Amino acid sequence: MTAVDLGERQGGAAATAAADAVRFRHVSKRFGTQAVLRDVSFAIPAGRAFCLLGRSGTGKSVMLRHIAGLVRPDEGQVLVGGRDVGALSSRDLASVRTGIGFLFQNAALFDSMTVGENVAFPLRRHTRLTEAEIVARAHQRLAAVGLEHDYGKMPGQLSGGMRKRAGLARAMALEPALLLVDEPSAGLDPMTAVEIDDLLLERKRAGTTLVIVTHNIPGARRLADEIAVLHDGRILESGTAAALDASEHPLVRRFMRSVGGG
Amino acid sequence: MADRPMPELLPTPAAPVPPADRIGAGVLNTFALIGGLALWGGRALVEALRPPYDVDEIVRHLYDIGWRSTPLLATSGFAIGVVLSMHTRASLERFGAEAMIPAGLAVAVVRETGPLTAALLAAGRVGAGIGAELGAMRVTEQIDALEASAVDAFKYLAVTRIVACMIAMPILTTVMNVSAVIGGFVAEHAISGMSWDLYLERAFSLIGFSDLLPSTLKTIAFGFIIGVTGSYLGFAAQRGTEGVGQAATRSVVLASVLVIISNVVLVRLIFFFYPQGGA
Repeated sequence: MTAVDLGERQGGAAATAAADAVRFRHVSKRFGTQAVLRDVSFAIPAGRAFCLLGRSGTGKSVMLRHIAGLVRPDEGQVLVGGRDVGALSSRDLASVRTGIGFLFQNAALFDSMTVGENVAFPLRRHTRLTEAEIVARAHQRLAAVGLEHDYGKMPGQLSGGMRKRAGLARAMALEPALLLVDEPSAGLDPMTAVEIDDLLLERKRAGTTLVIVTHNIPGARRLADEIAVLHDGRILESGTAAALDASEHPLVRRFMRSVGGG
Repeated sequence: MADRPMPELLPTPAAPVPPADRIGAGVLNTFALIGGLALWGGRALVEALRPPYDVDEIVRHLYDIGWRSTPLLATSGFAIGVVLSMHTRASLERFGAEAMIPAGLAVAVVRETGPLTAALLAAGRVGAGIGAELGAMRVTEQIDALEASAVDAFKYLAVTRIVACMIAMPILTTVMNVSAVIGGFVAEHAISGMSWDLYLERAFSLIGFSDLLPSTLKTIAFGFIIGVTGSYLGFAAQRGTEGVGQAATRSVVLASVLVIISNVVLVRLIFFFYPQGGA
């Protein structure tokens, strides 16, 4: 199934939308006079890894924010698990968000809390676990990303790669079915970038749906079931890495042949 | 949450722009700011009453806002007491009314000087702190991360701070008032050798319930203004560290101005309800 939905199917569209982890239906978004997304439509089946490529400022991060309900579309719908996040009440949106993990570009760790408290925070807010269980789970999550000895450190004491891993541990705290990742390798050395990709690969194997914004083409090739190239607010082309390698669109070919950075 | 838009101030037009346009943009900005603050404050009051209550967060902010401001308020209050005592003496000595110095000082401090000075000092320390902290959280996406974690960032970050400010202000004002009275005694004792017991007796001879309670309680409104202003401008911060600095500075300036303006209204209200004394 191709990720780009080139024309909404008539029969059973609602059932398909529910089966998809994420679906954009003709989404447009402007900030002031600048059109960031223009009539974007695509779908991501549950359990798949979907990478968004594109030059800086083409609206990739804005798409992630739409999925998390941090931004509402001016036109169109963003469906997560079949629910239109732009039309939900605060309470319903919160319930959708508990099923979403979001790793921000700079990790966005809460700097008034220790690393462990950051990871424990979603557990405290959304579970009925005892304090001992919460701490134990936070330790587990940190151990899973190789930060088992850093529970009591403040975010400012961590390197960029460690912050990313801590952010990933926090994003995975509630074991969400959908993980949004904004430039996982930005600002990291190649070795650390590969480590982060390995962690994401683990999540993918565990059945988590991944939506990853990246400039790192080798990373995208490793992780993605499907890649979409975004340009000027539209999806130029999408498909498997092999399909995009064979694309005749010059921009897509240039993108896929680049080594990519963070 | 996403259906409750975060504050967004109108952009200041880049130069060069015709003066009329600049004035127009300034007027619009001011109205947008006033309207935004009013909505923000109203929403905070509603959310403060609605469960769940983040009591732990409120207590944490009370420590930051209240306890950590105590040395500043106590020291300032003491100094103000000393200075007021010296000024009052200089005036009353001419009429041979030195005995009235403690009462004059206490009335001045309790009714007006204490509450207003405490609020202005808090606007400087606390307002800037809230504006800078929330501004930094905004530009580093921590507020978005909270929202993405299914936490109502407005309630968790803004309402808890506003409530903490409202609780802390009357306490801080009381600290300032007590410190000022002690400062006044030290000055008076140094000059005239007046005893502590006599000083206290004279100081509180003219102070009644109608002086103490309304003027202290009005600082709840000052706390509300400081919390609302700091959190609103912090949430509205943009453009990296520059935006954080602007949020802090604007919080102090705006909170101070609003405290002074609101004081006029509050004093009028207090006189209406307590015509015999009041602030």
